[in-house]
Amino acid sequence: MKVEIAGQDALIVYFADATSASVSAKIQLAVTNIRSQMPDIIIDMVPSYASLLVIFDINQCDLFEAKNRLGKALLNLDSKESGAGELIVLPVYYDLESGPDLEVIAERGKISVEKVIEIHQQQEYRVYAIGFAPGFAYLGEVDERIAAPRLATPRTKVPRGAVAIADRQTAVYPAQSPGGWNLIGLCPTRMFDPQKQPSMPVEVGDRIQFKAIDREEFLSLGGTL
Amino acid sequence: MSGFSVRQPGLLTLIQDRGRFGAHNLGLTNGGPLDSLAFDWANRLLGNDSNASALEISFGGLSLEAGVDTSIVITGAEIPCKINDEAINQWQTRSVKKGDRIELGYVTNGTRAYLSVAGGFDITPSFGSTATVVRENIGGLNGDKLQVGDHLPCASAALSQHYCVGSEAQPQYGNSATLRVVPGYQQDAFDPTQQWRFFNSEYLVSDRCDRMGFRLEGEAIHSGIVGMLSEGICHGAIQIPADGQPIVLMNDRQTIGGYPKIGSVIPLDTAKLAQLSPGATIRFKSISPEYAHNLHWLEKSRFERIQPVKC
Repeated sequence: MKVEIAGQDALIVYFADATSASVSAKIQLAVTNIRSQMPDIIIDMVPSYASLLVIFDINQCDLFEAKNRLGKALLNLDSKESGAGELIVLPVYYDLESGPDLEVIAERGKISVEKVIEIHQQQEYRVYAIGFAPGFAYLGEVDERIAAPRLATPRTKVPRGAVAIADRQTAVYPAQSPGGWNLIGLCPTRMFDPQKQPSMPVEVGDRIQFKAIDREEFLSLGGTL
Repeated sequence: MSGFSVRQPGLLTLIQDRGRFGAHNLGLTNGGPLDSLAFDWANRLLGNDSNASALEISFGGLSLEAGVDTSIVITGAEIPCKINDEAINQWQTRSVKKGDRIELGYVTNGTRAYLSVAGGFDITPSFGSTATVVRENIGGLNGDKLQVGDHLPCASAALSQHYCVGSEAQPQYGNSATLRVVPGYQQDAFDPTQQWRFFNSEYLVSDRCDRMGFRLEGEAIHSGIVGMLSEGICHGAIQIPADGQPIVLMNDRQTIGGYPKIGSVIPLDTAKLAQLSPGATIRFKSISPEYAHNLHWLEKSRFERIQPVKC
């Protein structure tokens, strides 16, 4: 682990060179410690794959003090529960109607569309980072058999709730936007709702499982086609 | 509620308070005024709370009609301003009456002007802030830039005294700037030659600049990094993509990204950068974090020491 300067009021902690479940658990624990031990000087935090950006209030302390206190908050991050993080199940309507790239992924992996859907649900994913757009959670890592590169030409319009794959990451689009990920289904759960508290159903470090639902259930849960 | 109506919104006029903090965990960026000094003066001259909501007018073209008796002030970039066809000074509070038309032309020096009203505009905050980030569809009125016919609510207010900023204390907007940088992030991945080149070359402000980032053009520099994990990006971070041309990340930047960064421009100087037009020249200067800290406090005390002039 090493701590680097990011800016006059920001430090970045690098936990490892690559991401893994244990690195993710450590970052989550660090966030919790920092929140409870130094709330008087912390303005914002950005946890990501293997790092944590910590922005402090330059009117309350200097970089020297922030670094010292951060060092203390980062002691004892060896969590016994490597499975830390809440398990959240997200329903998905997987179908050619809702997932226009299912066939492309199936062809790439030389498997059936049904198998793609099965593999996507088989494992737990971890929320490695939230960014790109409000509520956009990067989940990893998908099975290599269903990994697929981003589209050469991004779509100008991806619907809200689209469940998508890019390389070994998967995500649910929180709002309608342009996007270059491969679309495999639609999720009726809103990933970002500014009117709701909390506005996101997941946070960094949580575990996600996808569960197939049929068209009717999708519609009854508020999904639209 | 009483307020102002928008007759012409101009090219890009946004409601801003000082910005949205503490919501990076949801992927929300900061927003807030690009030139925080000009914004702070606008609120201070009217005796407002320093976080009061005001308008950031990029490039100009704004026309408002007052539906209330109150006072306003316009700071920041030089821009022709009129109330009912009578030219008015910037950096000076003015009374307006119900029915008055406030018209701004187009910037003649600098790029961002700020219009504040006594008591601030009364906007409902989202995630603790009224700052508009159009890309996120958050803040302001419906998360968007001002549109024709928008209503900007505010209370009526009668100021007993008008104030201005003395001309010697007004910022000068030019066509060059030296941006002070606290080295950090992946700076070690840039070898000494690359760092020397970066801190000793002149860059030009390109025409690809917006509230997310300012792209510069000049000597390309390269790190040894080929692909890295996305990580948190702080305000002012200087990102060096594969083409070697620096991008200074501003208020509406994405909160995470995967390009190497050589350090971060201090906020005092991103404010200067924000007022520059394409073709302006930039130099970077490396400073220690301790010096950056001192500069922050010096500027703060300078701002507090300068007293608005009665007028």
